[in-house]
Formats: sequence, structure tokens, C-alpha cells
Amino acid sequence: MEFKGELWQNEINVRDFISQNYTEYCGDDSFLAPATESTLALWKRLSELMQVERERGGVYDIDEKTISTISAHNPGYIQKELEKIVGLQTDEPLKRAIMPFGGIRLVYNSLEAYGKQMDPEVANVFKYRKTHNDGVFDAYTDEMKKARHTGIITGLPDAYGRGRIIGDYRRIALYGVDFLIQKKEEAKKAINPTIMDSPHIRLREEISEQIRALKELKVMAASYGFDISKPATDTKEAIQWLYFGYLGAVKEQNGAAMSIGRISTFLDCYAERDLQNGIYTESEIQEFVDQFIMKLRIVRFLRTPAYDELFSGDPTWITEALGGMAKDGKSLVTKMSYRFLHTLSNLGPAPEPNMTVLWSEKLPENFKRYCAKVSIQTSSIQYENDELMSNLFGDDYGIACCVSAMRIGKQMQFFGARANLAKALLYAINGGKDEKYFEQVAPEIGAITSEYLDYDEVMAKFDKICDWLAELYINTLNIIHYMHDKYCYEKLEMALHDEEILRTSACGMAGLSVVADSLSAIKYAKVKPIRNEHGIAVDFEIEGDYPKYGNNDPKADEIAVSIVENFMKKLSQHTTYRNSKPTMSILTITSNVVYGKKTGSTPDGRKAGEPFAPGANPMHGRDSKGCIASMKSVAKLPYEYSEDGISYTFSIVPSALGKTEEEKINNLVSLMDGYFGDTGHHINVNVINKDILLDAMDHPEKYPQLTIRVSGYAVNFIKLTREQQMDVINRTFHTRF
Amino acid sequence: MENMEGWIHSVETFGAVDGPGVRYVVFFQGCKLRCLYCHNPDSWKICEGQLISSDDLVRDILDYKNFIKKGGVTFSGGEPLLQPKFLLSLIQKCKANGLHTAIDTAGSVSLAVSEEIIREADMLLLDMKTLDKELFPSYIGGDMQTVLDTLDFCESIGKPVWIRHVLVPGYTLVKERMEQLAEYLKNYKCIEKVELLPFHKMGEYKWEELGYDYHLTDVRTPTDEEMALAKQIFGITE
Repeated sequence: MEFKGELWQNEINVRDFISQNYTEYCGDDSFLAPATESTLALWKRLSELMQVERERGGVYDIDEKTISTISAHNPGYIQKELEKIVGLQTDEPLKRAIMPFGGIRLVYNSLEAYGKQMDPEVANVFKYRKTHNDGVFDAYTDEMKKARHTGIITGLPDAYGRGRIIGDYRRIALYGVDFLIQKKEEAKKAINPTIMDSPHIRLREEISEQIRALKELKVMAASYGFDISKPATDTKEAIQWLYFGYLGAVKEQNGAAMSIGRISTFLDCYAERDLQNGIYTESEIQEFVDQFIMKLRIVRFLRTPAYDELFSGDPTWITEALGGMAKDGKSLVTKMSYRFLHTLSNLGPAPEPNMTVLWSEKLPENFKRYCAKVSIQTSSIQYENDELMSNLFGDDYGIACCVSAMRIGKQMQFFGARANLAKALLYAINGGKDEKYFEQVAPEIGAITSEYLDYDEVMAKFDKICDWLAELYINTLNIIHYMHDKYCYEKLEMALHDEEILRTSACGMAGLSVVADSLSAIKYAKVKPIRNEHGIAVDFEIEGDYPKYGNNDPKADEIAVSIVENFMKKLSQHTTYRNSKPTMSILTITSNVVYGKKTGSTPDGRKAGEPFAPGANPMHGRDSKGCIASMKSVAKLPYEYSEDGISYTFSIVPSALGKTEEEKINNLVSLMDGYFGDTGHHINVNVINKDILLDAMDHPEKYPQLTIRVSGYAVNFIKLTREQQMDVINRTFHTRF
Repeated sequence: MENMEGWIHSVETFGAVDGPGVRYVVFFQGCKLRCLYCHNPDSWKICEGQLISSDDLVRDILDYKNFIKKGGVTFSGGEPLLQPKFLLSLIQKCKANGLHTAIDTAGSVSLAVSEEIIREADMLLLDMKTLDKELFPSYIGGDMQTVLDTLDFCESIGKPVWIRHVLVPGYTLVKERMEQLAEYLKNYKCIEKVELLPFHKMGEYKWEELGYDYHLTDVRTPTDEEMALAKQIFGITE
């Protein structure tokens, strides 16, 4: 049996290949195979190594002598004779590589934090070689540095890899590297304009870099004994080829989020063919998948403890998008969608890869139920609204990081972390002065001096501060991404993109629910600022009650909606690097804790230093009508003004979801059909007992694989800082007795 | 369908344990019983809480239709049948909009008042406290006969009933009492399900806040083994 279709054979078009060759699967999970002995032995070995990693303070080992490139490290294995899918970032599992092109300072700091020394030869190279981080700080203005310091703009990728770029790794399996090189060479030849200006020069240079990366990838694969110049011929090769592509990317780039894209249904085309031709059994195919997923679970980057404090644990965001609907009305669910989720049973729960189900009410009922079942068992899945996204991105998009949709191989983003809007509101009240440092950061707009805050006055000043902030934010990102392209270009990931791509400037906001509730308090109750000797409002007294975001109350929800719309409109007004399209996300991952720490008391009654709610969540403890009311409030936030994603985290104790297993599954499916039917964008589902989390805080050794979903991402609970653990526990757990 | 006003304690938009499917639960304010194990003593007093019209409440309920179309609405409390006109109006309006309705009641209201409403609702969640006539007054308060009449009436019109029974060690988690109740319920065809609810003390703090004496401080929650045994007695297999 040969693959069908022609279009994909003449041009690079993975989507066409999939639509011509995939087999939708509407059955249940009964076909799935358990883990094989080799898989279990390998996973046992890795579990032991990860235990050692934890005992060593989170880092197993570092190769500090080798500057990581696609092919710099010798091949590495877990236990070579058992491995069906091979390839490690360095020559040993969990050993971290140094990737200094984002910033050599980060490497210095990380090595120091983990008791290692900078290698003199490496240090010498970077006496002469500039990094992304150096470039950014050469160009930053004083105002940008100040905004970064006070934390009104935070998490900027100015010292590390920006990530959020998804290479179309499927292309390697489908076409082989030689064909990809040939296409890139043709493309480069075609760029020969009359006026050779900087955009054209840059593009020619970039394509040359891409070709070099592809050649290097072949060298790396050859070191493991594989020739990937030609297309993969069966399931095992397809997984191996694709994984080599991804491995090359994570050897080259310490990107903040390194999603893998949308690979399962693509791979199923091979698996289905091999099953029909009797080449592999179901058990063998599951074994390849398990061992591949296992490799993704041990991707490691060297980062500083401060970075981990911001984002928790060892995040890599290897996001895989599963399911969704094809344009012709069939679902894109295949047996491979099940096999990927089944790894959570075969290997136990884990935060990586970041399993993301693209939900539509029209998905096969069996698949919806299977997802709900796995969610209830593992809390390891996030769900996103396929109908909302496929309208904008077609039916071959993936998710970068947590909630950022992009067409695979045709779109990338300039990741921009987030602006702290809660702090911006305090700047509005305090005339542009920071409430923690008492310094003038924003332009002087005159502090509010009245005894009680007046809604109209606050809004007028908040608007001015947001104008200033949006401009500063975009300008800061322009510098960062100019320098990243220049000094830390993702040559392999971009080699797996078309030449003509859509770029977005992906901004973000933190503190939405704090601002919405604060404005609601000012509008509907009486809020009296308590000012210190500098005249800065350091606390607030609220007289009376006010409508709170998260209760499906239009009064509060309309405020939240207008905050989102207004800030996005302001971002859109500015000129961006490479004509990228400004977008925005409402996503914090676990950084809501750190943002809260850096922000003074707010008019909603939140005290200085207390965490924000994560992502677009209502503030915990303020929702009084149950979780569907919260979901409805979140679902009102307009996706068209927040195209980079709106994250909502939902935690529930198992007994509140229903009495029997069957009821729990049905109720979870109903919840998701309802939420997405109401145009909610994203939901993390945690079905877990508070008691277990409390016990895990005291006895981490008992819960090595305890996974919970935080805003847009899953984490290993025991790798969170104590503050983050407390934040998770204090967040609204929906209970009913 | 008349627009009526009534007192509610609160609503829960995601009820997954009060009837079939995902349900919007309305907690009525006001109850005349004084069950020792009550976890909502704040819903006892009548004419307190939030006064709302049935039109406004149903408008809110309908906003959740996407979520509850396979489940429905449960009227709980407090005792919903203490506000019969308000309840009837709500049920009629929900049904007119295609929503399934359940009344979560302790059966403490006489049939003269409740009959019409029970006919209108799709099902009853009937809280059977105990069949022990001597225990009833001190444990629950009120009249046991109205509970039995309510169940008989449901049987006579074939109204589906889910029985709920709270197991409190030393009170109802007693073998003879459980066997007596199980035996009694066996004869009813209208009973689709018996739910045994283990006693818990998560409402204890509310008693303190309200200045009531809580009598079950020293009573423990049932063990898993005791619950398993109880299920066996009631012939529950799940």
C-alpha cells in the first residue's frame, strides 16, 4: 500500500499528505497495548536517574565544556540494547548542555548555582562572540531597564532563548532532509531583487543558515547510525526521523517553550499502513510511541534557579496538539491520538510532553470520554477550543507553549512575556510612581489625591498609563527580537518553516482579575487609599461590597472584557519588528506568584505581595456561584482581542465531579462541551484531592510523578517552590458535599 | 405561569452530585427540620437570604443551558417545598424551556401542599432520615409520616425517586436500622437509586458561627469498610 495524493509530493505540504492518508478513529480505547518489558525497564532506569537528579538539587549533571550545537555532542543512550527510538541532548540522559548564544551570563549564573565552573575555553570564545543578551542591553533605553527592574514588564526573553517557535518536524520524516535542502536552495536562488536591501539580505543569510542546520542534522543522525537524507519508510523510522528533527532543535536552542506541534495524526498514517501490511503489531507501535514520549520527558535545559522560581520546575513546554476537526467535517482523531494519551497510563502521569486536546463538541464521543477518563486519572491534559482556533488558523495548527495557536511551518511568534496591568493600575493611582520602589517610572501624570477613588478619574489615568505601557512594551520587544534574530537565530526550527511566514508579536497581560475587581470595587463600592509619607497608596480600605469577576455577573465581567479590548487596541497601534502582527495572551503559567510578590496592595482588597490569580482565572475565594459561573465569566473574554490565548485553570476534587466513574466522565465531558460551546478558549483540568497535595508537600519522595495543571501547562508538583505549592492549594478547589 | 418571589440561600452552577448529570442547584432558604448532622444550618431560618423572582432566577438558569442540557436543575435547600408557589413557578418555567427538574426534599411537607408540585417535577431526591420512630424527633424533628406519605404518593403516580440516606455512626450507621430501611424500600418500584451519604463534619464551623450547639463533635466519619458493608445491606453494587 502506497500513500495517496500528489500535491504533497510536488511541494512541501504536510497538511495535504495527512488529509489524503489519515484514518479517522471513532472507536474506544480497548485496542491499546500495555507497555512492553523494554519500555518498563527503560522507564525504571530513568525514574532512578530522576530521583538522583532531585537529590542533587534539580540538576543531574552539566557538560560545561561543550557549546551545544546540533551535532556537538557524542551520541548518548539510556540503555542502548533496549532502545527502539534513540537520541539524547548530550552523551548521557539528564546531563544538561550549555547553550550560550542566548546569553553567556545565564550560563555563568547557572553553572555557579549548581557548583560548576565556567570552562576557560568556552569563556574565551565569548570574549569574541557576542550573545543575544549583550545585544539587547546595548540597545535598551533607561526607561526599558527601569520598567524591567520594577516588574511592570516581566519575563522578557532578553537573556535566554525566546522559544515559542514550532519547527514542522514532520517534514523530515515525510520528505527526508535532502529534499528539504533542495527546496531551501531553490528558495534562496529566487531571492534576487533589484534592490538588495536589508530584509532581502537577512533572508538570504537566514536561508543559508537553515541549509547549514539541515546538513548538520544529517551528521547528528549519522552519529546514531541513521541516514535521514531520504524519507522514512515505516512507523519506527517516521518517529525516529521526526524525533531527530526535534532533538536537533533542543540541542541548538534553550527556548522558553519548545513545542513539538501536531504530530500524532501524521504518524498514524504510517502506523495504519504498517498495521495493514503486517509490518508491526499494535504492541510494537505503542512501544515506539512510549519510548519516544519517554525521550521527550527527559529534555532538559540549563537555567538559573531564579528562572525556575518564575516558571516552576523544569518547564520545556513540549506541547503536542491532539484531535481537532478537519475542514471536511471529519475529526482528526486517530488511534495515534489515543496512543499518545495512553503513555500517561503506560509510563504514569508527567508534565511533558504537554498534552493538549483540541476540543470540539463534534469530536467522536468515545474520544471525548477517553480524554475525560485520562484527565480524571492523571490531571495531565489541557483542552483548547478547536472551533475558535480553526476559524483563524485552519486545521493544521499547533500550540506553542500553552495557548498560542499557530499554523505549523507557516507562522511563528516573537514571544513577549507579559505586562503587569495590576501594577499599571497602581501607577495610575500614584501618578506614574512605583508603589514598591517609590520611583517615577511612567511619565508624571499627577497622583490621585482624593479621599475616595473616583472611577472616572482612575479610568482616565489608567488609560494614559496603558498608552505609555503599550508603546514601551512593543518597543522593548522590537529590540529583543531584532537581537535574537541576529545573535541566536533558530536556524533548524526555521529550516522547517516556509520562507514566507506570518510573524506575530505576542504580548501578554498579567493581573486581569485583580484589575477587573479593583475597578469594580472603585465603581460599585467605596475605596479609600491609605497613603504613605511619599503620598503613595500602599493599601486600600473598601467600604461595601462590589460585583466580582468570576460570578457571571455582567457588571464585573464587562469591566474585564473592556480591559482586554483596550489594551489590545493600544498594542495594535505600534510599529513592530519585521511587521509582525501584535497579539496578546492572558496567561501567567506559575509566574502569577512572582508578579504578585512584586506588586503592592490593590484596590480589590488583595494585599501587597499576595499572588495574582493565574492567567484569566478569577481571584480565588471570590467566586460564590460555583465553577460554571466562573467558566462563563472567563468565556466572555474576547478571543479576537486575545488571539495568543486565554488560559483558565480548573481544579476540582474527584468527589465533586460525580459519584461513579461513569458519572465523572460524563460530567466532565458536559463541562467541556458547555465551556467551549460558550467560546471559552482554554481550560486546564485538575481532578485531585487537596489532601494529596498537602501530603506531597511534606513527602515529595512519595509522589515523584504527581502532575497538576497550572495556567497552560502541567508541572511536577514536587518541583514547585513552597510558595507556588501553597498558591496551588489556596486556589479555588471546587468542592460540593 | 406566574412570576413568584421567593427566598434562596445561594446557587451552585456546577452540581454533579445532586441528581443525574451536570445540574444547576438552587438552595432554598428555610427549613423546619433540625437534623443533627445538617451541614447547611445557615439555610434554616425562613425569610432570610436573597429575595428573587422566579423570572429572574430562571433567566439566570437558562444562561447555563449549554452546560446543563444533559443534566438539569435541582431545587434543594433548606426545604424547597416550604415555598410551594415559588417552587412550582420555577419548575414550570424550567420545564417550558426543556430542562429536567428535580426536587431535593426531606419530605417534611404534607401532601396537601406538595402533591401538585411533585406531579410537575421530573423526579424527587428524597432524603430518608430514619425509620426509627423513637429516634426521629430528637435526631430530625418534624413528622416522619409526611416522608412516608410522600414516598407512597410517588409510588402511586410512578414518579422517579432517588433515595438519599445519611449514615451517621451511632445513629443510622447501625446494622438493624439499615436493614429495616433497606427492607422497607425494597417494595417501591418508583425508587431508581439509593444513595448512601457518609456523615461528614464540614458544616460544623457554620453551627459555631451561628451560635448553635453542635451535638456531633465527637462522632467520627464512617470508615470505607463500614460504607462497603452498608452498601451491601442496601444491595448497591457500584
